[in-house]
This record gives sequence, structure tokens and C-alpha cells, in this order.
Amino acid sequence: MKIDHSLPLEYSTDQNKLNILGFWIFLGAEIMLFATLFATYFTLVDRMGSGPAGADIFEITPVLIETLVLLTSSFTIGLGVHAMRLGRKNAMLTFFAITLLLGLTFLGVEIYEFTHYVHIGAGLQTSAFTAILLTTLGTHGAHVTLGLFWGLFIILQVKKRGLTPENANKSFIFSLYWHFLDVVWIFIFSFVYLKGMM
Amino acid sequence: MNFFDRFAIPHPSPAIYASMVAIGLTVIAIIVGLTYFKKWGYLWREWLTTVDHKRIGIMYLISALLMLFRGGVDALMMRAQTAVPENALLDAQHYNEVFTTHGVVMIIFMAMPFIYALMNFVVPLQIGARDVAFPRLNALSFWLFFMGAMLFNISFVIGGSPDAGWTSYFPLAGNDFSQSVGTNYYMLSIQIAGIGTLISGINFITTILKMRAPGMTLMKMPMFTWTAFITNAIVVFAFPVLTIALLLGTMDRLFGTNFFTTTNGGMDMLWANLFWVWGHPEVYILILPAFGIYSEVISTFSRRNLYGYKSMVASIVIISFFSFLVWTHHFFTMGQGPLTNSIFSITTMAIAIPTGIKIFNWLLTMWKGKIKFTVPMLYAVGFIPIFTIGGVTGVMLGMASADYQYHNTMFLVAHFHYTIIPGVVFAMLAGLTYWWPKMFGFMLNERIGKWAFWFIAISFNVTFFPMFFTGLDGQARRMYTYSEATGFGPLNLISFVGAVGLAIGFALIVYNVYYSTRYASRNISSDPWDARSLEWATHSPVPSYNFAVTPKVNSIEAFWDAKKKNIPLFQGKIDKIHMPNNTGVPFIMSCIFFVWGFSFVFSLWIPAIITTIGIFVCMAHRSFEKDDGYYISVKDVEDTEKKLRGVS
Amino acid sequence: MKMKWAFLSLIAICLFTLTGCEPLMVLDPKGPQAETQANVIWISIATMAFIVIVVFALLIFVVTKYRASKQSDDYEPPHIEGHPIVESIIVGIPVVIIIFLSIVTVKSTYEVEATPKGYEDQKPLTIYASSSDWKWHFSYPEENIETVNYLYIPTDRPLEFKLYSYGPITSFWIPQLGGQKYAMSDMVTTLHLAASVPGEFMGRNANFSGKGFAENTFQVKAMPQKEFDEWVEEVKATAEPLTEEKFKELLEPGHLGQLTFSGTHLTFLPAPEGEYGGHHHGSNDSHEGSKHDHDEQALNKQDSHEKTKEHHH
Repeated sequence: MKIDHSLPLEYSTDQNKLNILGFWIFLGAEIMLFATLFATYFTLVDRMGSGPAGADIFEITPVLIETLVLLTSSFTIGLGVHAMRLGRKNAMLTFFAITLLLGLTFLGVEIYEFTHYVHIGAGLQTSAFTAILLTTLGTHGAHVTLGLFWGLFIILQVKKRGLTPENANKSFIFSLYWHFLDVVWIFIFSFVYLKGMM
Repeated sequence: MNFFDRFAIPHPSPAIYASMVAIGLTVIAIIVGLTYFKKWGYLWREWLTTVDHKRIGIMYLISALLMLFRGGVDALMMRAQTAVPENALLDAQHYNEVFTTHGVVMIIFMAMPFIYALMNFVVPLQIGARDVAFPRLNALSFWLFFMGAMLFNISFVIGGSPDAGWTSYFPLAGNDFSQSVGTNYYMLSIQIAGIGTLISGINFITTILKMRAPGMTLMKMPMFTWTAFITNAIVVFAFPVLTIALLLGTMDRLFGTNFFTTTNGGMDMLWANLFWVWGHPEVYILILPAFGIYSEVISTFSRRNLYGYKSMVASIVIISFFSFLVWTHHFFTMGQGPLTNSIFSITTMAIAIPTGIKIFNWLLTMWKGKIKFTVPMLYAVGFIPIFTIGGVTGVMLGMASADYQYHNTMFLVAHFHYTIIPGVVFAMLAGLTYWWPKMFGFMLNERIGKWAFWFIAISFNVTFFPMFFTGLDGQARRMYTYSEATGFGPLNLISFVGAVGLAIGFALIVYNVYYSTRYASRNISSDPWDARSLEWATHSPVPSYNFAVTPKVNSIEAFWDAKKKNIPLFQGKIDKIHMPNNTGVPFIMSCIFFVWGFSFVFSLWIPAIITTIGIFVCMAHRSFEKDDGYYISVKDVEDTEKKLRGVS
Repeated sequence: MKMKWAFLSLIAICLFTLTGCEPLMVLDPKGPQAETQANVIWISIATMAFIVIVVFALLIFVVTKYRASKQSDDYEPPHIEGHPIVESIIVGIPVVIIIFLSIVTVKSTYEVEATPKGYEDQKPLTIYASSSDWKWHFSYPEENIETVNYLYIPTDRPLEFKLYSYGPITSFWIPQLGGQKYAMSDMVTTLHLAASVPGEFMGRNANFSGKGFAENTFQVKAMPQKEFDEWVEEVKATAEPLTEEKFKELLEPGHLGQLTFSGTHLTFLPAPEGEYGGHHHGSNDSHEGSKHDHDEQALNKQDSHEKTKEHHH
């Protein structure tokens, strides 16, 4: 396997370059996936049947916590990739671990949010609006959950095998995924919560 | 026993019982045969675990041909039932199951795998690469498609077939009006196959962007590779929409949500919109590779370079972009008003312009050529006039005011068969015949092939042309019967006669495969058609590593120029070749997906949870796996080359 | 290739003779909207025929003149990349054709989606046409009568059909009077038609809606206004009143013959428009009402299969 040392480690082999390009294309598909969910959300947002509207159920505090936590985790993973580029394995592992812990916190708050909604009568079966709300939030949350496991596996591999071209490649790709989820959350925060609460 | 009730067929018939027996016997025969001939190891090593794009292509091909048979039998049954008024061959329920199955099978499980078969086999060879960018994902794509197809195919003997049409509109497809598990099968099997397609989309774009031979810029790629590239770009943007549509439909049916219901804020029109935002690009996903094949075939058998290469590329890019802007023409009559309908009429008719450019470019490619009417060329030449009729009737349908009369009638059915059959099916048959010697090392018989072509081409028109008239006379589509007084009888009878002719034509193709496998000479050139693109620069059949030395390219038709101007293609030294290892995980993961899908169809929650975990375990395994492939030594490459060169 | 061309023409001739002396329904308009649409169809056939003939002619020319058997053995075809003028023509002419057809389309689409030309100064007759598995209910709110599976209309009067469904999406279609439009359960769509001559016409649901779809047809009879008024009076005087109970029975899945009632169901079960539309988070009552019907429909599925078999002719 030819390693091009003039490039960052994650780009340094042919397969690495292919993986990164492939993942960007995958993110393109994911954008379409979330775009479809958003389009459906905007179509169904005013169709509450006999159930509550967004303004009736959204609470600013958990949403702010989720946003701050997730945005910070994007910052910490950026620091992690930066440390990786400098070859500093332990710093990288620390920042990645913090990122995942923040992600776990996000998930915890979101689970609390969901149970709260069900409790006050905004469940999955209540109306078209609640269905698309919970499905959109839930799809994002499922992606975060998958990310937590994926990130953990990468941390374990880097710990065990060191910073190799393959591990660097996986870590970088994971960071792209994590940043993407953060961007999607910004849209959710703006167009679901903020718009709904106004 | 209540538990097993859910697997019973809600509307059994003698034919269904007979099929159950046939399926059972076939499965037993396969298991016994494999055991007796001690082929399990061979099957596992060479096919179930392969990551070779050529092998994967052949598996897609076999699957597509089997599904063509199933969809074709459905079609024959439909035409037989409607051949005379008030026929009793199929009752309404069974007719509805048959036309639903026909549509889903032909589009998702026959046409898609057929184009992926040819893209898989040919594209890496055309760009001078050794495989696709992600060979393991490629295998996963195939097995996911295969399991999706298997899941759909058992529906009619376990639990009941879907019966709401291939478009599965809500609320008809919802729990209120479709109570059998049939529509669950629809949602889950297409979802599984769709994931496979999406993965292929990512795979082929990366491959084409990054793995072309040195010197092959984008504007020097063969046209089939261009169409493969654009098609997979459409896949990446269109299939996620279907993923969501199917997810929401599944949730409505299994979890009581209200996305498409008639109460609690549900919006049934939303399904139609989401479905067609995917559905229209889907038909361009089907036709663009077909156009690519025609460019190759027409060019080769006119002995001329493709006319207007740049405008051909521009036209497929424009078509792909526009394909996302026309979806509403599938439901002009859904009440959105004249402004919306006018806009979509204009975008719909606009697509005819780049398509027309292609037709004229093909005619201009034949101009001043030296045309040889081989079987592939016959299909290409037959395609032009017949598809033109399909295309112009499409423009007619695109005029919203007129569409209010054509919509959901046999006129529409005639239009889309006049585009899909001469467009996609003829191209697949042409491509199959054209690339067959490269795949298998012998040619398909020309004489039988020509008989098949004429049967198919003529019978096709006999079957579908009358439908333009019955549609204008008030025959709606998906009607299992009609009264004598309507007067639809004679033309429908003609359609049935045509359908029998089509069946004979396709039977001849099957016979051709058998006959040629048995009798055709294996002593053929590696370039039997005197063709123009890089795949013909390899041996037939192709060695596992494709090219011993990666070619160097400096024109649009590098192989042709190498032959005619003596410019050498392969200039380097043979080096050891890195190959990926076989792996059983794609096959195993797909088997788990099958059980996963089946569990959801029947609301078996424990198996559903277990298989979901199983799928993630497979993904975790892959994450931790360290597999660097293996190397083919220089000596092995040299030996293989010597052996193959001796034959060619 | 000539063989195929000849064969296709042969088929066309056979088809024309076999369709008999009766013209096709869509091309035999009996009202202004259908006439507009038939004209659009003829214009498009003529335009498209021109394209088809050009393509066919070019193809036949090219495959006969340049076939290998007609060339010398050592003829090597030239390398031709393209020509800007040629390509401008093959883009330019289709663009012109599409612009022409677009103008025709936009104009005629606005026409058929509004009161027919020449009928604007009359008061339209409003008829609510609703489908339930697998029949049509026609409610005349101003005349206060209702029919099932048949429709009497006056000639020379603009008709405003308000379409909706009690179940799956259906499509209300009377080919000789005009195009179709979908009938859905959470909103009401409007279709503007008129009959210019008296006669009997075929009407049907054109959107697949399940087992009984093929038989989901209705008869249309157009008659002069005076005759229509007489019929309305007769119905008011003699037909049984439509009760809520009777209507719930009619809604059950199955096939019915032609029935007549005085009064309409709109008084106790209004159409899904305005405050009863799906877009509104309206009163609980109206939603529960329709859901109740659906539950009943679902429960009655088993029985209805037997009923359907009986009604099946």
C-alpha cells in the first residue's frame, strides 16, 4: 500500500481518498433524506387533528441544552481531528471521548423530551403533526445513537492499533458524520423549534 | 394456531396452491442437487462470497432474467383475463395482485438489476480499472437486492400479495382498505432493495470519478460510462426520498401513525407526492443506461464514432436535472389548479428536447456509416422508431388539459410501455447479446437472436398499439374486466395475441441461451465485434484482475485508435496486483435483512429486534475487521496472460 | 426495415377499421370542455405525427443507404464529431415546437379549469359527487335530491361538480363531457363541465380503488332544462327521504344499482370543505363522525366481500 506522506494521514492512501469521497456522496444522500423529512414536516406542521401544536408542547430549556451540547461536541471533535493531524494520539482520544459524552448527554435530554411529549398527549399516533415531528427528531436521534457506537469503536481501534492511515481515515470520516448531524440539528432548531414557538 | 393464521393466504386459488408446491419442490431440488454434486463449497467460495464486479454482474443478470420470467407470466395472465369481456380467468382480487406484482417486479426487480448487471460488468472495464471503489459494498448491494426480491416473491404464497398497484397509493394502501400483509411486503422488500441501490449509487460515482485509467478525462469516457455516472448521481438524490416514503408508509401500517390516513391530520396526497418525487427520476434511472448502451451499439455497428459527443453528454446532464422537476405530471388530476399544472406541463415537455437531441445524434452516427445488422444493432434500430412513438405520446400526456382525459387510461399504459420496452428492455437485450462474449467467452446464436428480435418487436406493437385507442375510448387501467357493451373486446383480444407473440420471443431468447451454451464455439476473438472501447481490449472471458497492465488513454475511443493507428495501449511492466479478499459478511448480513423484513411484515417484534441487533453486529464486525486483501504475484499474472493469449 | 414500416401501417389500418364506425369517446365530445380537450389532442397528434414521420424517414434513409451490404468492402466511415449548425437545428426546432405546445397547453388548461366559455353569465348547477367503495352518490343541494350511480343533468347549463370520497382516492370521469378529477377524503375538488347536446353518456371512476373498481361506473343523461326540472319535481314528490341511517347503509362497501332519494346527505354529513376540511384542526365531532364510518367500514369488510360477490355481474 502506497502512503503519500505529503498528504494528511487520512488522505494518504488511494483507498483512503476513495473512502472520503464516497462518504461525502453518502452525506449528499443523507441531505436528501433529511430534506424529505423537512418537506414532509412543513407540509404536515399545521395538521394537528385534535392534538396539540408545536407551540403547545415545545419547551425552550431542554432544546437550548441540546443545542449547546451538540454544538460544543462539534467543536471538540474538531479539536480531536486537529490533534490527530499533529500526531497527538492521546489528545485526540481525549477530545473524541468528550465528544461522545456530550453526544450521550444530548441523547439523554432528547429521550427526556420524548417521554415528556408522550406524557402530555403528543405521541406518535396522536396526529400527522406529532408523527412527523417525532419521526424527524427521532431519525436525527437514531443517527446520533449510531454515531455514539461508531465513535466508540473508533476510539477502541485507535487505542489498540495506534494512529495508522486506516484509523486516521475512519476518524476523519466519523468527524464529517458528526459535523453533518450538527448542521442538521441547526436546521431542526431553527425551523422546527424556533419557528414553532413563535 | 392463531399465530400461524397470519401466514395464510387471504385469497387462495388453485394456481397459488400449485405455485406453493412448485416452489417447495424447486427448493428441495436445488438443495439435493447441490449436495449430490458436492457444490456447496464451490457456491460459497466462488459466488456467495465474491466481491468481483464481474461475478456480481452475472448474479444480477441471472436474477433479472428470472424476474423477467415472473413479471412476464403476470403480464400474460393479465392480457388473457382482459382478452374477452367479462372473462372469469382471474377474479378482481387476483387480477389486482397480479398487476401490482407485475409492476413492482418489472421495475424494481427486473429492470434495475438488469441495468446494474451491465453497469457492474462493463463500467470498470470501460475505464480501465480493476474493480469498483468499494467491492465489499458492491456485494452487499447485490445481496440486499436479492433478499428484497426474495421477500417480495414469497408474498403470494405466505401471507398474501400486495394488491394496491405498484404505486400503492394511500389511503387504499392503508390499514383501512388493505388489510392483508401484502402492502407490508411491498414496503419492506422495496426498502431493503432500495438500500442496496443507494449503496451502488455511491460506489459507482466514486469509481467513475476516481478510478479512470490515466489519460481518460471525463470527456474521453465511453458514453455507457457517462450514462452510468449520471444515473448513479440520480440514484443518490432520488432514493432517499423513497426511503422516507416507505418508512412513513410502514409506520402508518404497523405503528398506527397518521401520515397518510384520512383522519387526525393525515394527508393521503402526500404519499403520491413523495412516491413520484422518487418515481419520476426512477424512470430516468432506467432509461439513461439504456441510452448509453445504444450509443455503444450504434457506434460499433455503424463503424463510426458517436456523433455529437459533447451534446450527448450535455443532454444526459440536463435530463437528469429536469427529471426532478416534473413529478406532478403523474397526478395532474389531483386538483392542484391550472398554475401548478401549467408549470409542470412545461417542464415535462421540455425534457423532450434533450431526448430528441439524442435520437438525432444516433441517426447522424449511422449516417455515412457502414451498418451491420447484428442482433444488438437490430434492437437499436428497432428502438428508434418505436421509442419515438413512446416519447411523442409522452409529450401529449404532458399537456395537462389533454391529460385530464388520458390519465389512468390504457393510453397511459401504452405510453409507458412504448418507452420502457423499446427503451429499457430492448437495450438490455442488445447489451446482453453485445457483451455476452466478453462475459462468457462464446457468442449467442445470431439466427435464433434475430428470430427472437422480430417476434418481440412486431408482437410488442400488436400488444400495445391498440391500447392507445381503447384508452381514448374510455377503458381505464387496472380494470380486471369490462362489459360487452363498452366495445373494448376486439382490441383487447389483439393485445392478447401480441402478448402471446412476446412470450414466444422471450422463450426464444431463453432457448438461445441454452442452445449457445451447448453448441457455440469457445474459440472466439476477444474483440468479436471489432468494437471501439476499452472492455474489448481484455481477454474473453476476463481474468480476475481485468487488465494485466493499466492502459494509458489519450482519446475518446482509445481501443479503436490503438487498433487503427497502432498506438499502444498497454505500455508498462507487469507489477504484482492487489485484490480484495472474498467475504461472507454481505451475504450473511443480507440474510439477516431478509428475516428482519419478514419479521416486520408479520409484526413479529422479538425477531425484528434480534435481527436489527444482528445487522448492527455485522456493521460493528466490519468496523473492527482488518483485511488488507491479497496480492497476485507477477508470475501468476504472466502465466494467466500467456494462457489467455493462446486462446484469443 | 421497410417490412416493419409496412407492417405498422397494416396494423394502423386494421385498428382503424376494427374500432368501427363509432368514433372514440374522447374524440367525440358532447360538451365545450371535452371539445377544447379534443382539439388540443388533435393539435398534438398532428404536431407529433410530423416528428414521427421525420424520424421514421431519416431512419429509413440512413439504414438503407448506409447498410454494409451496399458499400464496398474497404469503405472506412469518416470520423465526424459534430457540426454546430446541425446541432442548433436539432435543438432549435424541438424548442419551437415545445413553445407552441406550451402555449396551447397553458391556454387550454386554464379554460377547462374554469366555467366553460360562453356559459359565464349563467348560474351554475352545483352537484356534490362523492364516491364510497364502489359507488357514486350525487347530491343536488339546491334541488334537495340525491341519486346513486346515475346522474341527470340539464344541457346548456354550466355544471360545477364538487368531488370528494369516503374512502380511497377515486377519479370522477365523464369522457364525452370533459376530463377527470380526483375525489379525496380530506378536501373537495371542483370540476367544471357542461353538456351541449342531450344524450346518454358513460361515466366512471378512473383511479384504481380496490376490488370493486372495475364496476365503479355511473350513467349520465343530459336533457333540456325544462325536462330536468320536471324530473327534479318528480323525485321530490315520489322518492323516499334519505335518512342518516339509510345513508350509512349505502356507504358500506359493495355495489348498488341506481337509487333515488329526496333530501341529501350533506345536511347530516357535510363535505370535507371549509370548517370540515382536513386542513383545519376542526371540531372533534366532524372528525369522529368520519372516523366512525371508517371503523364501521373496516368492521364490515368481511361481510362486504360476500355482498360484493352477489352484486358482481
